[in-house]
Amino acid sequence: MRAKNGKVSTRAVIDRQDFQQLFDHLSAQGYQLVGPRLRDNAIVYDELSAVTDLPIGYVDEQEKGSYRLTKTAQPTLFGYGLGPQSWKKYLFPPVVRLWQAQRHNGGFDVIPEDHEPRLLALIGVRPCELKAIAIQDRVFMGGAYADPIYQAQREQLFIVAVNCGKAGATCFCTSMDAGPRAASGYDLALTEILEANRHIFLVDAGSEKGEAVLRTIPQRPATDLDIAAGERIIAQTAEQMGRVLDTNRIKEMLYANYEHARWDQVAARCLMCGNCTQVCPTCFCTTVEDVTDLSAATAERRRVWDTCFSLDFSYIVGGSVRASPKARYRQWMMHKLATWIDQFGSSGCVGCGRCITWCPVGIDITEEARAIRSDSEDKRFTPATGGRKHEHA
Amino acid sequence: MNTLEPLLAKHPFFQGLESEYLKLITGCASNIRMNAGEFLFREGEDADRFFVIREGSVKLELFSGGRGPVTIQTIPEGEIVGYSWLFPPYRWVFSGRAVTPVRLFVFDGLCLRGKCDDDPKLGYELMKRFSHVMMGRLQASRVQLLDLYQVR
Amino acid sequence: MTAVMQARLPAPARLRDPMLPSLYRLERLQWDTRDTFSMDLLPQNGADMPAFKPGQFNMVYVYGVGEIPISISGDPGRRDVLIHTTRAVGTVTRAMSEMKVGDTLGIRGPFGTAWPVDAVRKHDVVIIAGGIGLAPLRPAMYRILATREHFGRVVLLYGARTPGDVLYRRELKQWRSEFDLDVFVTVDRATGSWRGSVGLVTQLIGRAPFDPLNTVAMVCGPEVMMRFTTLELEKRGIDRNNIYISFERNMKCGVGLCGHCQFGSVFVCKEGPVLRYSQMQHLLSKWEI
Repeated sequence: MRAKNGKVSTRAVIDRQDFQQLFDHLSAQGYQLVGPRLRDNAIVYDELSAVTDLPIGYVDEQEKGSYRLTKTAQPTLFGYGLGPQSWKKYLFPPVVRLWQAQRHNGGFDVIPEDHEPRLLALIGVRPCELKAIAIQDRVFMGGAYADPIYQAQREQLFIVAVNCGKAGATCFCTSMDAGPRAASGYDLALTEILEANRHIFLVDAGSEKGEAVLRTIPQRPATDLDIAAGERIIAQTAEQMGRVLDTNRIKEMLYANYEHARWDQVAARCLMCGNCTQVCPTCFCTTVEDVTDLSAATAERRRVWDTCFSLDFSYIVGGSVRASPKARYRQWMMHKLATWIDQFGSSGCVGCGRCITWCPVGIDITEEARAIRSDSEDKRFTPATGGRKHEHA
Repeated sequence: MNTLEPLLAKHPFFQGLESEYLKLITGCASNIRMNAGEFLFREGEDADRFFVIREGSVKLELFSGGRGPVTIQTIPEGEIVGYSWLFPPYRWVFSGRAVTPVRLFVFDGLCLRGKCDDDPKLGYELMKRFSHVMMGRLQASRVQLLDLYQVR
Repeated sequence: MTAVMQARLPAPARLRDPMLPSLYRLERLQWDTRDTFSMDLLPQNGADMPAFKPGQFNMVYVYGVGEIPISISGDPGRRDVLIHTTRAVGTVTRAMSEMKVGDTLGIRGPFGTAWPVDAVRKHDVVIIAGGIGLAPLRPAMYRILATREHFGRVVLLYGARTPGDVLYRRELKQWRSEFDLDVFVTVDRATGSWRGSVGLVTQLIGRAPFDPLNTVAMVCGPEVMMRFTTLELEKRGIDRNNIYISFERNMKCGVGLCGHCQFGSVFVCKEGPVLRYSQMQHLLSKWEI
């Protein structure tokens, strides 16, 4: 395995009992650690100070519109899957003040906001999440104009990825080439190995920064047995994948089906709540809010996460461009799986399954895509018989 | 009469019409001029003609009590005016009035209808041309119904 | 804490924040029609005014009320004033219309693509506008008229709702009389003493004096009007690649980051607002894209 800088990556093993030292070292370097924590019966991302802050022993069960956590006796640090939040909240905050303005006789002055980035160590970034960050990198930094808030924060990250030891029922990262193994974009990537007599982390360094950190904490070179154990876990996770999305010519397939009857059917169920866009790790749309204090002496502009499911989203003089629920659902899915490819060179979906789990009415993007494909107006996109063997029961 | 034929052939409405047909219909046509403001025809009168505009423009008007004459559409040079001669009861439903001094070919409707009845191929050829004009004006009227430039 | 300081990575060169407005002073506000007005603006404190290309737009902010995209309607050759023409129809534009000379506005821009004026020299140019759509086309007119000799025939076809809604009347008259230019104006409904044409702007295309094989068309108006206009232009034989249209979409950022202006895979704010018809044709007649 090669790291992105071309050097052979370091493969090492850290014992569970030494794992706290990774935290300590990163903290000493000035990083604020953030990662999974238990809150309100869900895994959320928040500040961490000790390994024991992690939801140790917790496992989750996810399905369409359903999420349950259970505490087990297992001492796993990363035995659960994804919660509702993604890392975008750190790089792309849900609400951010862009600037303030102060009124004075007839005019006003604009006071820029100082968006000082924090040194953040993201602990427990799943492979699909890494891919989501790479996708948002292209959105926010790949064009003629970069988002300075995103860019500044992006440059201050230390990323500790965790390869997945278990796939959830709503997971389909294998379909999106996004997991269950971290491919790139991390400083360190861990595979948690819990066996009868040992609890270790197989570690890959993906950057010089990562290697430097690895050198400073107790570790030993990985043996072939360690590596094989890690491979088994990842292979097993890939096997467990709960769902499948057929991405073969998916862009062309959807472009050929703008008027498919399925859009009406899914729109009849969709509540237009926008949950899917909030939990999606790549959704990037924002709106702005202009507010003043009561005396109108100061004003400010805030950037807020928006959703293409709202009527206001496409409003122009005369009315909204996408007035019907059908058009709004179609816009979201069409963007995620098709137009995104034209815009940014990759799918906007990483197969994390959050939009399936957190949809209050259990709409499943893989099911919708399959329904459209199987009854495509253009028969070239109809799956061959037998092509449905991966279909989720 | 023969002098009209080459002029007719040059008009966009008759472009590409076989010369044999051109000759036939020339017999129903005459050449006229009108001054600005003059009526080509008036609402309610017998529609026994249609007009081919060679120069100038014509407007179609509808009289509405209180608002006076309302211009429905102006028809520029190179187009035709009048379809009421084609269908019973052969009566004008709008008034046609010259906006500028105009030069026109006038066709005798009765004469032309007779020739079309005698030769359905000619009839079909002319009907295609008329319906094309009608379709264009119908489409435009439909779009105008949307009142696109109005703010809602 | 020294460790903290050492670990901090070198800060990136501070980028010009594309969301930060520059301040402009309202020099003049003039009503063009009963609901449409033009604003003359100048940068505050003698700051430089960025050059713009015909067809581009700015994001214009009214203190505490909001910000909207408005195309620039002035002369790209003039660096002494920034002109915006808009209709007082929404919260922001109404607030704008009530501003007094000397008041401050925030401007971000110019953004977006331009009419390909300089690229189409030697061609006939037909400019087709509907309603307020004349505003983003006026800079193209200025640009063409400034170098009139470089172009073939130039035709302006303009449709408005009523004679009272005809924008830039004085200028239209002046262009017609002083330049080698065909200007045709038509209205949907005529009232009173209107002596001009009545009918849809698309009906002017069939007989307009240009050579379809050597013509570039620039079209701006309501989307329905543009759909029918492009159809007529195709009927006349203009190549789809030579037809340009300017789109309107909801925009919050103007720089391709907020997602609001998407039209299929196109971000109208950065790949548009001016786009080739050939690129957009497949979506133009679809509903609610």
